[in-house]
Amino acid sequence: MNIMTEAAVEQKVQAGLNEPAVKMKGESVDVHYGEKQALFGVNLDIRENQVTALIGPSGCGKSTFLRCLNRMNDTIDIARVSGKITLDGEDVYDPKIDVVELRARVGMVFQKPNPFPKSIYENVAYGPRIHGLTKNRAELDGIVESSLKKAALWNEVKDRLNESGTGLSGGQQQRLCIARAIAVSPEVILMDEPCSALDPIATAKVEELIDELRENYTIVIVTHSMQQAARVSQRTAMFHIGYLVEEGATEKMFTNPDDKRTQDYITGRFG
Amino acid sequence: MATTDTIGGSPTAARPPVVWNSEEMAKRRKARYGADRRLQIYGMVAIAFALGFLAVLIGTLTFTGYRAFTQSMVTIDIDFSAAELNRDDLMDANWRTIFRQAVLDDVGELSRSEERDYFSMFTSSAPFLIRDQIIADPSILDGRATFMVPMSDPIDQLAKGLVNTDLPENQRRVNDKQVELFNQLKEKGAVTQPFNWALFLNADSRFPELAGLSGAISGSFWLLLVCFLISFPVGIAAAIYLEEFAPKNRFTDLIEININNLAAVPSVVFGLLGLAVFLGWFGLPRSAPLVGGMVLALMTLPTIIIVTRAALTSVPSSIREAALGIGASKHEAIFHHILPLSMPSIMTGTIIGLAQALGETAPLLLIGMNAFITSPPAGVLEASTALPTQIYIWADSPERGFVARTSAAILVLLGFLVLMNGIAIFLRQRFERRW
Ligand SMILES: Nc1ncnc2c1ncn2[C@@H]1O[C@H](COP(=O)(O)OP(=O)(O)O)[C@@H](O)[C@H]1O
Ligand SMILES: [Mg+2]
Repeated sequence: MNIMTEAAVEQKVQAGLNEPAVKMKGESVDVHYGEKQALFGVNLDIRENQVTALIGPSGCGKSTFLRCLNRMNDTIDIARVSGKITLDGEDVYDPKIDVVELRARVGMVFQKPNPFPKSIYENVAYGPRIHGLTKNRAELDGIVESSLKKAALWNEVKDRLNESGTGLSGGQQQRLCIARAIAVSPEVILMDEPCSALDPIATAKVEELIDELRENYTIVIVTHSMQQAARVSQRTAMFHIGYLVEEGATEKMFTNPDDKRTQDYITGRFG
Repeated sequence: MATTDTIGGSPTAARPPVVWNSEEMAKRRKARYGADRRLQIYGMVAIAFALGFLAVLIGTLTFTGYRAFTQSMVTIDIDFSAAELNRDDLMDANWRTIFRQAVLDDVGELSRSEERDYFSMFTSSAPFLIRDQIIADPSILDGRATFMVPMSDPIDQLAKGLVNTDLPENQRRVNDKQVELFNQLKEKGAVTQPFNWALFLNADSRFPELAGLSGAISGSFWLLLVCFLISFPVGIAAAIYLEEFAPKNRFTDLIEININNLAAVPSVVFGLLGLAVFLGWFGLPRSAPLVGGMVLALMTLPTIIIVTRAALTSVPSSIREAALGIGASKHEAIFHHILPLSMPSIMTGTIIGLAQALGETAPLLLIGMNAFITSPPAGVLEASTALPTQIYIWADSPERGFVARTSAAILVLLGFLVLMNGIAIFLRQRFERRW
C-alpha cells in the first residue's frame, strides 16, 4: 500500500465532493432471517461507473446486503427486508416494481461459478432470448460474441461455442458467468466474491476485467481480499456484524480509516 | 502455553509409552479384524439367502413353465383336388369333414368310438384353423397342402412325457388306443414340437393348446399407457406446485403427509375406489383398460410426486440463482433449467412406478379385468385382461396345460419387469448427473 501524505488525502476527500451520480442507494436497510437480524440500518450509496467493494469479516452481512440490491433475497423464504433501496431513485421493493426487470438491470455474478449445464453459446444467449432482446439469430450471435469479448473469454472459446459451459476451467466458467450477466445489458453488476474459487492467474484476469467493465457498468463487489478491494475498487464499505462501520474512497479507507475496527480488519488483526 | 506436548491438560510424562508391537496390542487388533470379518460374513449370508430364494423362485417357474414354450403339433396332409369345394363360399364349406377325412387317412380302420377318441387328440378348432389359413390364401386349394395343427392338451402332455402310461387306463386322461394312435403318428414323423408362438400371438382360450397372452399383453399395454398419460403430467405438476409454489403452512403440510401415506395404501383399496367411483358413479365400462389405467394411475401418482420432488430438490440452488439472477421468471427457471435437469431421475422413478403398476393384480380383479376374453382389446374402452390377471385366471384353470402356461406367463411378466427396470437403470447411469 502506498502511504499518502495528509495533503493528498485531503485532496481526495475534496475530489469526493464531485463524485459521480448515485446509482443505487440503501437507506436504513434492516434484514431479518427469521428471528435473527442480519443487517442493522445500513445506509450506503453505490455510485455510477465505479467499483464499490464490500469488505468485512465472514458473516457480517456483505452478501445479504448485496442480495438486497437485486432482490435475490426474495428467494429465501425466511428473509425479510425493511428500509429503502433505490435504483435511479425508484424503490426496488415497491410492489409495483417488476422483479424480472430489476434483475435484468441489476445482474449478478455468484461466488461459485454456476454456468448452466448447456453449451457456452446457450449460456450467454439465454438472457437475451428470454428478454426478447434480439430479432434474429444474427443479432443474437452478435450479442454472444460481444459479451464474450467484453468478458475477455472470446479468444479462448470462439472455436467451441457448442461445447458445454461446465467443461471450462474455473476461471473461464466465472468469466462465462460474467459474459452471461453482461449479455442482458445490465446497468449494475453485483459480484459476490467472484474470485474466491479461482487460482491467482484466473483472479488476475477477472480483476483486470472488472476494471475494464467499470467504464460501462456500475459494479458492487464483495471480497475477502484486501488487496483485491484496493486494486479494483474506487469506494469501499466496511461491514461488521450487521452494521456498516465505515464507507469512503478506497484510498482513504486503506490509508486513513476513521474507525478502529476498519483499521484492525485491514491490517489483519481480525477477520 | 509453556509446553506444547500436553494433551487434554495431562503431561505426557505421566503416561507410559505405548508399545504398538506388544503381544497385547496384536491380540486387540486381531479381535477388531475378527469383528470386521464377522460383519462381512453376516452380510454375505443375508445376500446368499435372498439370492437363494430368488433362484428357487425362478428355478421352479422355469422348471414348470418351460414346456409351455413348445407345443405338440401334428402335420397333416390334405389333397384338395379330391375334395369338392365351392370356392365362392369357403366360409361355409364342410371343413370338419375335410379335416376328419384327412386325419383318418393317416391311420388304419377305426371303430366309431375309436374315431371319437382319435379326433379328440387334435385341438377341437382344427377345422377352423385350416379354414382361416385357406381363406387367407385360396391358392392353397390347388393340389395338396400340409397344415400344422396343435394337438389337444392331454396329447400334448403325453408328447411331453407327462402322462404315466403305467397307470391303469381309467386313471389317466389318455386311453390306450390314443397312446397307440399317437405312437403311430409319431413313427410317421407327423408329430413335432416347435416353439409355441401361439403363446404370444393368441388371446385367451378355453383350450390350453390355443391359449396365449396377446390379449393380456395388449391389455397391460393399454393400462400402462393410460396410467402413464394420467400420472406423469399430473404427478409432475403436483410435485412442481408443492415444491416450488405452495406456501408452507399447515394445509400444505397435511397434503404432503397424505401424499406420502397414499403411497402406502394397499392396492386393493384403490381397486374398491375405482369400482365405486369410476364404475359406479361415472358408469365407465367394466373390465376396460381405461378404468384399470385410472386406478393404477392413482397408485402410481404418489410415487411420481415423491421422486419428482426429490429430483427437483437435488438440482443445486446455484442453477436456480443463475437463472433468476439474469432476470428469468420463476416459471422460466423451473421449466428451462430445473425440470429438464431433473428429468432423468423423474423418468427413472416413473418407469419403476409403472413396473410396479404392471404387476398389480388386486385392483384389476375388483374392476373385472379377470374376465374371459378371447380377443385382444383394440382400445382402452374394450374389455380386456392384463398380464397379472391372466396369470390369475390360468392359475385357477383345471386343465393340465394351464399349469405350465401359468408359469410361462409369470416368466413373461417377470421378463417385462426386468426390461423396464433395465431401462430405468440405463437411464440413471446414462443421464443422471452427480452434482
Ligand atoms: N439463508 C439464510 N438463512 C438464515 N440465515 C442466513 C442466511 N444467509 C445468511 N444468513 C445469516 O446472515 C448473516 C450474514 O450472512 P452473509 O450475508 O452471508 O455474510 P457474509 O457474506 O458477509 O459472509 C450470517 O450470520 C448468516 O448466518
Ligand atoms: Mg458471503
